[in-house]
Amino acid sequence: MLRKILPHPFLTLSLIVVWQMLVNKLTLGNLALGTILGLIIPVITSPYWPNRPSLRNLPRIIEYVALVLWDICVANVQVAYIILFKSNADTHPAWVRIPLDLNTPEAITMLAGTITMTPGTISSDLSADGQSLLVHCLDAPDPDAVRDEIKARYERRLKEIFE
Amino acid sequence: MIVEILVSACLVISGIFGLVGSFGMIKLPDPMMRLHAPTKATTLGVGGALIASMLYFYFIAGQFSYHELMITLFLFLTAPITGHFIAKTHLHLSHKPGDLPSTGTDRPWASYESDAERQRIEEAQRAS
Repeated sequence: MLRKILPHPFLTLSLIVVWQMLVNKLTLGNLALGTILGLIIPVITSPYWPNRPSLRNLPRIIEYVALVLWDICVANVQVAYIILFKSNADTHPAWVRIPLDLNTPEAITMLAGTITMTPGTISSDLSADGQSLLVHCLDAPDPDAVRDEIKARYERRLKEIFE
Repeated sequence: MIVEILVSACLVISGIFGLVGSFGMIKLPDPMMRLHAPTKATTLGVGGALIASMLYFYFIAGQFSYHELMITLFLFLTAPITGHFIAKTHLHLSHKPGDLPSTGTDRPWASYESDAERQRIEEAQRAS
């Protein structure tokens, strides 16, 4: 019953929040309109997204978001340093293959997005069966260390959140 | 006074990172490396300008403004996807499968698998 009204509770919540941000003024009317939109849109779109990922661990999600935000700031400084002060002969770009333990498409999307946003790495391709991810590093003297760090830092946490 | 300094500091930081990101486009030697400069150095560039805007509206114009957060949210959603698109296009245009590390599985990277091959494998999976 509850599942029918709220097929994607997190989507409902984020739609309400996004609506508040769009109008940029917190009034009762806006809140009501946002809630109506947040209730209707997930129901209408649920046929296109049948299996909702189960997100249980809220503190873990907050921890993950904070960690990624911090890493993005660090990434900016590191990439700026490489661009400004390292000669092109000194930077060692490399392709790295990351074998995936994650299975759900949502979790893999999150991991790929995180990798692109964080220090000197861009996720470029996925293997056709979704088992490994191709990552390009801007400066990686030791590609294996990059792979191990991504697996330990992000993939382990995403596995706890999504699976 | 302090707020004004904070706001201008944020703006200066954002300007510097935007500039460094654009400079990276000229300096780095190949397209895959160039892709790193705009996807990263500009996130903090735009972020700094947005924080400056929120500080300004809250302390100086006296109203709480938070739709800047939304720009950040959309930036975080779109930056990885554009990066992925450009990388894939680059793989199609100027790389051979032999240049890349192997996938470690019996199927190739998704950019290099032909539609016919994918259909054949998926039909075989459905049949079994």
